[in-house]
Amino acid sequence: MKDLIALIVFGIVVAALPLFVSSGFVLNIVIMTLYAALLGQAWNILGGFGGQFSFGHAVFFGTGAYAAAVLQVKFGWNAWAALPAAVALGAAVGAFIGALSFRYGLRGSYFALVTLAFAEVFRILSNTFDFTGAGVGLMIPLTESAGNFQFTSRTGFLYVILGFTLAACLVAWWLKHSRYGAWLQAVRDNEESAAALGVNVFRVKLGATMISGALMSAGGVFYVQYFHYIDPHIAYGPGVSIEALLAPIVGGIGTLFGPLLGAAALHLFGELTRSFMGDAPGISLMVYGLLLVLMVTFLPRGIMGLLSGSPPVRKGGSRA
Amino acid sequence: MLEVHNLSISFGGLKAVEDVSLHLQQGAIASLIGPNGAGKSTLFALASGFLKPERGTVRFLGEDITGLPPHVICRRGMVRTFQIVQPFAAQTVHENVAVGAHLHHRSRRKALARAEAVARRVGLADQLNKLASSLTISGRKRLELARALAAEPRLLLLDEVLAGLNPQEIGEMIPVIRSIRDSGITVLMIEHVMQAVMSLSEYTWVLNHGSLIAEGTPAEVSNNAQVIEAYLGRGTAERLRRNSVHA
Ligand SMILES: Nc1ncnc2c1ncn2[C@@H]1O[C@H](COP(=O)(O)OP(=O)(O)O)[C@@H](O)[C@H]1O
Ligand SMILES: [Mg+2]
Repeated sequence: MKDLIALIVFGIVVAALPLFVSSGFVLNIVIMTLYAALLGQAWNILGGFGGQFSFGHAVFFGTGAYAAAVLQVKFGWNAWAALPAAVALGAAVGAFIGALSFRYGLRGSYFALVTLAFAEVFRILSNTFDFTGAGVGLMIPLTESAGNFQFTSRTGFLYVILGFTLAACLVAWWLKHSRYGAWLQAVRDNEESAAALGVNVFRVKLGATMISGALMSAGGVFYVQYFHYIDPHIAYGPGVSIEALLAPIVGGIGTLFGPLLGAAALHLFGELTRSFMGDAPGISLMVYGLLLVLMVTFLPRGIMGLLSGSPPVRKGGSRA
Repeated sequence: MLEVHNLSISFGGLKAVEDVSLHLQQGAIASLIGPNGAGKSTLFALASGFLKPERGTVRFLGEDITGLPPHVICRRGMVRTFQIVQPFAAQTVHENVAVGAHLHHRSRRKALARAEAVARRVGLADQLNKLASSLTISGRKRLELARALAAEPRLLLLDEVLAGLNPQEIGEMIPVIRSIRDSGITVLMIEHVMQAVMSLSEYTWVLNHGSLIAEGTPAEVSNNAQVIEAYLGRGTAERLRRNSVHA
């Protein structure tokens, strides 16, 4: 219960922020941090709680983004109506990739490679078909109003992304306190033992992939509404996949608050490197890569591992 | 309760289990013995759905369960433990056992309460909040037993739960296993510790090179010449007989 209260307090504090902060620059950083936390929590549900490491979470993100863009541009849908459709499609892609991988018993690096391959296939497909705007991408018409999921101020976007991120965190909270979550973590730690205790390993992993895919595609929808534009590289390129796994790895994999902490730390860190080293292309990716190596080597349980104070090396931690 | 008919499986050229049939009565406590590599664990894996037999059938509670996946067989009431313990290492003892309890209890609170009761029963009560990875061998064996027990089985397959324990720990575990049977759970155990086999089991099957070579009460079986040879080597029974005649 303490973790739920902490989550609610966090939500209230962020929701109250626009009352005290009017700087668009600061609000944008908060929005982008919450957005990174959403992607991170989506990845964390499958990777951290389920032990299925994906290198291609862009496949879900891009599907959500393109679903929202195509439904608006080609079919004239309202963005709010497109949101549930995009989320459902993200879950469906999760079901497809999950069913294919887990039916054939792909685990570990094989699963990671399959997700990566799917993201790449989707990138090439979206680059090819006019339906998705091919290489040019899709621009959604600018009609700023809350009813259109295009807010005139950053505050509106802040509340929406806060809602999405809190929803993802509530799912993670539920995983920590429910039978399904217990089964998922059991599968992560030992599939044979889980099966011996009556857990349907295939179904449990499939469910986690679908939940993760749904949340990730909500992130894609948000991206499109915030930036009004999507193209194959943004949607399905490796950038988003890396962003999604970075926050939980830095913050603490398989924990409730890890993705939030990780996203905050990374954005703080990102702003610092930008102010010290300028905006040279590739610099931030290099720095992130270095950071990732350092984290995995010296702090495998992330910031949460530091905070909880128990022995630092523990495979696939789940406490906190 | 459990009927195995002509069960066979081979790995490459090795006939790990060859034409094994056995019939376990409901409410019994029985054992499966035999030298290392005899095929005992493989037989458990076949019965519980972890391996699919090449030939033969497995019937449980009157129904054919041959080839069903392990989680389905578990849900029907046959729960196994692993010889090489397989804890959820990153989780606490309490969380480990709760996974078993969740089979019949959706509520997290109820599963945790059940898990605590089961942990107490096997002597893990004061280690509830320890990580499974920090347990000693004896603790891990108890945990393996507790998880299976928490799933409320009707038939419990125990694969060498006493192996690696010292005599005192074995002495503590024997009454625990007996109490499990007394609570109405049928127990089939693979065991090397003869003291446990003798004092616990009512019936014993002996496996050697994948085939059953003897069955009966532990006393009958331990006087069987073929069994003695399987354990102590060819010619041993003959030597023992000669020695006892001279004595
Ligand atoms: N998955 C497997 N693949 C290949 N050989 C196996 C496998 N499992 C068991 N074996 C072999 O089958 C034989 C029986 O093993 P096992 O059932 O573990 O024996 P026991 O439990 O009686 O000591 C051994 O020779 C073992 O090496
Ligand atoms: Mg064995």
